[in-house]
Amino acid sequence: MSRTRTIARRSFLIGSAAIAGGVAFGAYLVARPIPNPLLQGLAEGEAALTPFVRITDKGIILIVPRADVGQGIASLQAHLIAEELDIDPATATLDPGQPHAAYYNATVAADGLPFALYDDGRLARMARAGAKGVIKVMGMQITGGSSSTPDMHETLRRAGAVARETLKQAAAQRTGITRADLRTENAAVILPDGTTIAYVDLAGEAAAIDPVTDVTLRRPDQWRLLGQTMQRTDMVAKSTGAQVYGIDLRLPGMEFATVRRNPGIGGAVNGYDAGKAATMPGVIGIVPVTGGVGVIADNTWRAFRAAEAVQIDWAAPAYPATSDEMWRVLDAAHTDAHRNSRLRNDGDVDAALSQAAHPLSAEYRTPYLAHGALEPLSATVLYTADRLDIWTATQVPDVLRDRAAALAGLDPARVTLHLLHAGGSFGRRLDIDYVLPAVEIAMTRPGTPVQTTLSREEDMTHDFPRPMQLARCRGAVQDGRVAALSLDTIGPSVSESWFGRILFAPPGPDTLLVLGAYDQPYAIPDYRVTGYKAPSLVPVGSWRSPGACSNVFFHDTFLDELIHAAGADPLAERLRLIDHAPSRGVLEAVGEMCNWSGPALGDGRGRGIAYGFAHGVPVATVVDVTATDLGITIDAVWIAVDCGTVYDPVNAEAQVTGSTIWGLAHAMNCELTYEDHAPVQTNFDRFEGMRLHQTPGLSVRLLEQGPHVRGLGEPATATAAPALGNAIFAATGQRLREMPFSSSVTFA
Amino acid sequence: MQLLVNGTPHTVTVEDEMPLLWVLRDVLNITGPKYGCGIAQCGACTVHIDGAAVRSCQVAVGDVWGAVTTIEALAPDAALHPVQAAWIDHQVAQCGYCQSGQMMQAADLLARNPAPSDAEIDDAMAGNLCRCGTYPRIRAAIHAAAAALRKG
Repeated sequence: MSRTRTIARRSFLIGSAAIAGGVAFGAYLVARPIPNPLLQGLAEGEAALTPFVRITDKGIILIVPRADVGQGIASLQAHLIAEELDIDPATATLDPGQPHAAYYNATVAADGLPFALYDDGRLARMARAGAKGVIKVMGMQITGGSSSTPDMHETLRRAGAVARETLKQAAAQRTGITRADLRTENAAVILPDGTTIAYVDLAGEAAAIDPVTDVTLRRPDQWRLLGQTMQRTDMVAKSTGAQVYGIDLRLPGMEFATVRRNPGIGGAVNGYDAGKAATMPGVIGIVPVTGGVGVIADNTWRAFRAAEAVQIDWAAPAYPATSDEMWRVLDAAHTDAHRNSRLRNDGDVDAALSQAAHPLSAEYRTPYLAHGALEPLSATVLYTADRLDIWTATQVPDVLRDRAAALAGLDPARVTLHLLHAGGSFGRRLDIDYVLPAVEIAMTRPGTPVQTTLSREEDMTHDFPRPMQLARCRGAVQDGRVAALSLDTIGPSVSESWFGRILFAPPGPDTLLVLGAYDQPYAIPDYRVTGYKAPSLVPVGSWRSPGACSNVFFHDTFLDELIHAAGADPLAERLRLIDHAPSRGVLEAVGEMCNWSGPALGDGRGRGIAYGFAHGVPVATVVDVTATDLGITIDAVWIAVDCGTVYDPVNAEAQVTGSTIWGLAHAMNCELTYEDHAPVQTNFDRFEGMRLHQTPGLSVRLLEQGPHVRGLGEPATATAAPALGNAIFAATGQRLREMPFSSSVTFA
Repeated sequence: MQLLVNGTPHTVTVEDEMPLLWVLRDVLNITGPKYGCGIAQCGACTVHIDGAAVRSCQVAVGDVWGAVTTIEALAPDAALHPVQAAWIDHQVAQCGYCQSGQMMQAADLLARNPAPSDAEIDDAMAGNLCRCGTYPRIRAAIHAAAAALRKG
């Protein structure tokens, strides 16, 4: 049969995922099958049964296109395929593959629409289907927004099933036994008499037949891997020093480089003097890069030292020089002219507040925050006249490939990405700014691989941080109940800033600006959330639980203030107000876990609860603190989440505890403040997050009552800060309305 | 100058002031010790010199006073050190970048204190930063490794 038809048939998985509703691009484009990228360059006797499974005579390769930045998604992708393919994922080779439309992420686009993720109404469903169609046509392959598991879980299980049934069909053709009488186990087809044929021995025959696409996925009660205690595939490498991160890559003849770019992001270089630096030991070259200077040497340390010695005259960037000036910009943006969205407007807030006997109001602030992944950003690049090879970790491989190709004047097909695990990211690797100067540097050394590493200080100075944000809240209580809540949230737009760097600014209201505030499933009678988009300041980016990491703090803390004013119980009143069963489920669970009896614990101790709906996951967190002579200690934390289906319970627990610690750490200890257009905090001495001695015991309950499978990398970040702040209020009577809390209280 | 790293003698020709970390990583291609901060704030570069944990980003190579051991040779004969076995068993790592340093520090603690309390673990590990928040499992894995070492 013709190869074209085979490709079309083999692309069934992706084609069938397309949903009618491609209003913008036409139904044809949306329904058109995407070719299987693995069929290019396939050797004789090899099979690429789906875009996710490649079988060679040496073994099985699973394509795991979502980037592993520590959240364990490489392992989970492999387990999702392996569950249906009947292989041990530890025996397979995991390959992130090359960027391709076949690996597009539909969920992340649908999640960005102005509909709360618990809204399954017709309009919301239609809009999501349309967004998925658009993304499919654009082919954007992105890891982020806790979307990998929701986006990939069915696709990968189906890929495993298609590959399995196709291998069985190949065995059926070889043996004359019908496919229904064959079974599979441990990477082999088993004949009725017990004879086994290894998958690798069937690859050539399987490649010659049409994939079997009429498959039924196994039910959860049939799973032998998923939902059970499983071992992440990267644990041994990460426990022996064997894992190769970007800065660990070593290639023959490799040179080492670094960059210094304008600390005022986007500012120009007026000029530089590299005279002294050029004579330093090991220095190979000092070259201009966009916005700065690149230094190439024979090791990284020498490159760092020489870079420090270059005298550079920087021009000022477009944004104000200091944090104080930036706060004034936000303050001035709280006007109708800057109003960007009002996606929640229930009842009549203005009337309710004007009639209230004692309306409450409060103002909250969150600061700029760095991502501060422990592995400094790096990329290794080998440039030749007709080819570009890039070794790095990225969450946006197709954007990276295309932009690197344009920079090098090459067709994107001439770019090969070698994608590595990241030593953390937290959203930082949604940008590609650390790779482009590495390409520029390598282009000055054709034929020589050059590894460009940012110093810690350069990494933090050139972050695209979580933005500063301001909220002004008003509310009223009546008859012991919360009656009205208005939240105005004011900040620079991450969407505009990031999309502007990566692609183009999207149309419509900026949902990220109000995420975690407008989309909370509370049935407060008079209830309003308004977003005000401030002018651009420091270029900003997505930071673990973007939007929600500030807005849930504002929303839940003010709600706690109202509940206190009403004299109600913080747990009971949240439960009374919430109109969403999975959300009530996590609140009830966390109440049971901590044996909730109210916020007052006596003896300087206090208990705080917070609830938030983030990335489609309802989360409830309870924190216990004690005010000691040495400062506040966090004694215990309980977290309940509902992600619909728990595929990897051990890693799910790690993600929930890790994101909670992330949320607590930054709420307590971290901020970026700006002087002379640059952050004052450029290393971990002044931006240290949390250390072991501050880490409490954490208990997690994973619920599966929600209707949708959702991801857990980010959601629990959002509730950690308000739960801690509410606990400190319960213990001390001091209400914390500004992060970091360490600017108001001392932590032991 | 001469360096003994993981039982192998090396001769390197670099500035005396070059940090041991960068000699290991970029000259000897031993990349288990990581660069995280360069100012002894994160502990990702932790190695042993004569069995004691040190921050290799702060040790000038000219000052190295003994045999250097990195995560690659924490366990002799390519086996797993009990700390590494506990790390795998507890699935401690997330991004994993800090874990070489965490394990080298934990191994040093357990060599000196076979049954550390939570407070002693907190003290010993205070210089090792983890941005992913793996601390609860680090604590649990150290207790498990201590128990395994005591059993022998």
